[in-house]
Amino acid sequence: MKYAYFPGCSLESTAKEFQESTQLVGDAIGVELVHIDDWNCCGATSAHNLDHRLSVALPARNLGIAEGMGMDVVAPCAACYNRMRSAEVELKANVKLRDDINADLEKPFTGAISVKSSLEVFTTSEALAKVSDGIRKKLTGLKPACYYGCLLVRPPKVLGFDDPENPQSLDKAMETIGAEPVEWYFKNECCGASFGLSKSEIVVKLVGDIISNAKKHGANCIVTACPLCMTNLEMRQAAAGKLRGEDLTMPVFYFTELMGLAMEVRGIKKCFASHLVDVNSALDAITADGAMVG
Amino acid sequence: MRIGVFVCWCGSNIAKTVDVAAVAEAARDMPGVVYSTDYKYMCSEPGQNMVKDAIKEHRLDRVVIASCSPRLHEPTFQRCIADGGLNAYMVEMANLREHCSWVHEKTPETTEKAIHLVRMAVAKVTKNDPLQRNEIPLGRRALVIGGGIAGIQAALDIADAGYPVVLVERTPSIGGHMAQYDKTFPTLDCAACILTPKMVDCASHPLIDIWSYSEVEEVKGFVGNFEVKIRKRAKSIIDEKCTGCGECLEKCPVKGIPSEFDENMGTRRAIYRPFPQAVPNKPVIDRLNCRKFLEDKCGVCAKICPTGAIDYAQEDEVLTEKFGGIVVATGFGLWNHSVMGEYGYGKYPDVISAIQFERIMNASGPTDGHIVRPSDGKTPKAIAFLSCVGSRDQEHGHAYCSKVCCMYNAKQALLVRDKLHDVETYVFYMDIRANGKGYEEFVQRTIEDFGANYIRGRVSKIYPDNGQMVIKGADTLLGKAVEVRVDLVVLATAMQPQNDAKDLARMLGISTDQYNWFSEAHPKLKPVEVLTDGIYLAGACQYPKDIPDTVAQASAAASKVIGLFSKKAILSEPMIANINEDTCAGCGLCVNVCPYGAIELIEVMDKEKSTRENKVMKSVANVNEGVCKGCGTCAAACRSLSANLRGFEGKQILAEIDALADMVKGRK
Repeated sequence: MKYAYFPGCSLESTAKEFQESTQLVGDAIGVELVHIDDWNCCGATSAHNLDHRLSVALPARNLGIAEGMGMDVVAPCAACYNRMRSAEVELKANVKLRDDINADLEKPFTGAISVKSSLEVFTTSEALAKVSDGIRKKLTGLKPACYYGCLLVRPPKVLGFDDPENPQSLDKAMETIGAEPVEWYFKNECCGASFGLSKSEIVVKLVGDIISNAKKHGANCIVTACPLCMTNLEMRQAAAGKLRGEDLTMPVFYFTELMGLAMEVRGIKKCFASHLVDVNSALDAITADGAMVG
Repeated sequence: MRIGVFVCWCGSNIAKTVDVAAVAEAARDMPGVVYSTDYKYMCSEPGQNMVKDAIKEHRLDRVVIASCSPRLHEPTFQRCIADGGLNAYMVEMANLREHCSWVHEKTPETTEKAIHLVRMAVAKVTKNDPLQRNEIPLGRRALVIGGGIAGIQAALDIADAGYPVVLVERTPSIGGHMAQYDKTFPTLDCAACILTPKMVDCASHPLIDIWSYSEVEEVKGFVGNFEVKIRKRAKSIIDEKCTGCGECLEKCPVKGIPSEFDENMGTRRAIYRPFPQAVPNKPVIDRLNCRKFLEDKCGVCAKICPTGAIDYAQEDEVLTEKFGGIVVATGFGLWNHSVMGEYGYGKYPDVISAIQFERIMNASGPTDGHIVRPSDGKTPKAIAFLSCVGSRDQEHGHAYCSKVCCMYNAKQALLVRDKLHDVETYVFYMDIRANGKGYEEFVQRTIEDFGANYIRGRVSKIYPDNGQMVIKGADTLLGKAVEVRVDLVVLATAMQPQNDAKDLARMLGISTDQYNWFSEAHPKLKPVEVLTDGIYLAGACQYPKDIPDTVAQASAAASKVIGLFSKKAILSEPMIANINEDTCAGCGLCVNVCPYGAIELIEVMDKEKSTRENKVMKSVANVNEGVCKGCGTCAAACRSLSANLRGFEGKQILAEIDALADMVKGRK
């Protein structure tokens, strides 16, 4: 499978390890990701707060370029995915707006392609079958709390690849690689997202609620598919722990890192070095008897 | 031919935009018209007297009223000219209001159009034939479908007026939802205490037959003459022999079947009656769970029955019965909240629906009225009541308000505090809708005297934590997110039509709205009628209602049936289809297109081909006058022009079109 790959700003900066692990896992399971040339900002969060037309026009330009490549788009970042998919749905339904925006574009978007999340693409039954075939070391003993955040699955009428209230795709992916996802209740809560810098006290409270619930239900790490979630969960957990008077130290992974780890993809371990929170406590929890398959 | 034309001002409704005097003036020159005039309100008594007087004075034989829509006043003027000595069908209406003055500006063209409309009506009335109404037979026996409080009330009222009633109920007992409730707002009467006497009255009334465990399967016919197929499901009990002693109920070994009546909060056995005061008070065998039927084992109930009333071989009985009128009182269903992921997909045992909580509070319920939570049987210290779960919520398919939840939320919050003094209660609400007699006072009592914490806002999430349920919501008065920890959550789930409401509607030929609530004939002025004569609505099958409204509507429906039955005879509508048997080819196209099923093919003698010695038969269409609504679909479909709609025959319509063509040609 070939996809037009849209990294967005996060995956080229704070979430480099998400980009690297996505590429590595994609290569390993035969999902080829072709970079969109000369891509621009997806419009989160400023554009869609301030100017509706701009919030559709920015993704439309990327969609137009991708359509020229003749491939569906994969956007790993939850915010990019949400913005681009929302624009796609609106442009497909509203011909007038589409014509209006296309008049400003070099490469028009006619509605021939679709936007997908990397989580969606990597957790189809075919993709998971390939992952399963490629496993060299099951991650038994790893008990992730699968954390989807708010943007990946909502609004369901626009995104709709997973259940908005009790999403399952991350859980399925983790079970496939031998990890034991815990049952918990904050899967789809908001992490505070872009308030991370402007109103960090909100983020500290929310991050505290999330990690505390994960811990209470026996998780030894959190796994996510969103760079904003990752940043907030890692960066604010110390302050959140202080606020709640609990030890909230908790390693956080991108799901692609753990997939790569289970498949022992060459170069995957480099990703762990760029984490703000030491992931070794979680890696140590993986029992030796996992290392056997293949 | 002597036609009179009467032009109405309708106050200023017509006169404001149409020059009515000019219309009356122009009418005077139309062919056949010998008299014309205008008046402020033709429908008023002086207006009608003008018509009657003019019929005598000018020896009119036909009348055109140029006023409003015939839907509004055609019957008025038909009566008027009949009083004046003409056949009632020698009048035509020109609709100057809806078709002209209301939809156009005041211009000369508007008056010109009004003149065209009058000219067409004059042309049509020229071709009118006198029509007669025929008597159709009227069976004075009522069918009430549904044995809840609506059906019970309607059946009692009709029977008390002296007419026989069959009350059909799907479950083993009448009583409906009301029998499940603990107490009723705002007076806190015990529901059973006020309902069971009425149930017993039904059972003992000499004119009421209760057919429980039965369902309507097919409805044919028309007002006064319905033919209804009813399936009496096999109860496996011989009614005449069973004394209702209840010994079988104690001995049946198949226990633990979730009780429908207890909303799965309690259990029943395979032979059961839904509740102790059930009417009829005789059990039924649930064949899907009974070991005798599943494995041909057991048979304990037959062995111990002192009167030999158990009959495993009993079969369903399907009866076709005749009725003159039908009351539909099939009630409501409740939305299942298990699609709501944010409230746990129905998987948390301590998140229950309000009707389940009614059963828990009810002294004859599964917990004998002790308020305990389902997960561990402990007494809750804090309970939250959530209103509008699925109601006023387009996402979940109910844009409407379920109307009764605000009140039962308040009732349950009050009763809980009455029983358990140290329980904390929270009510999450959007608005409090307490618009009934004594309702607002009742809610205030719950808040002020019984300490309920009312929080205005919706709940976004419920999740379990340390043996309690955490409720995350908004307090929109404080403008803050709130979190409340409780032991039990009670959801006011949306009322919705019965799952098979659409099927019954189709069977009865009545219409439904977008949600499948049954549609009344007019939202304000015909609230219990439907568009099919002889069928009336009672209770929540039409829209959510509380008990007082349901009872009022049930009595209204009953009075409609009584009114129908007290007529000497019913008259057929003459403006219906008829078939010219000589030209009809018997193709059957009209049979297929008729939306009311009023046409069938019959065999008649072919007059052309028959001789005195040799009779030749042919098949032709035949219209059932009681069923035909005069829609004209058959007339439009007929290829040999044999189907005609009386009052709208081809010659009448063509005369109108010719007249209009002449007027338009003349203008050029």
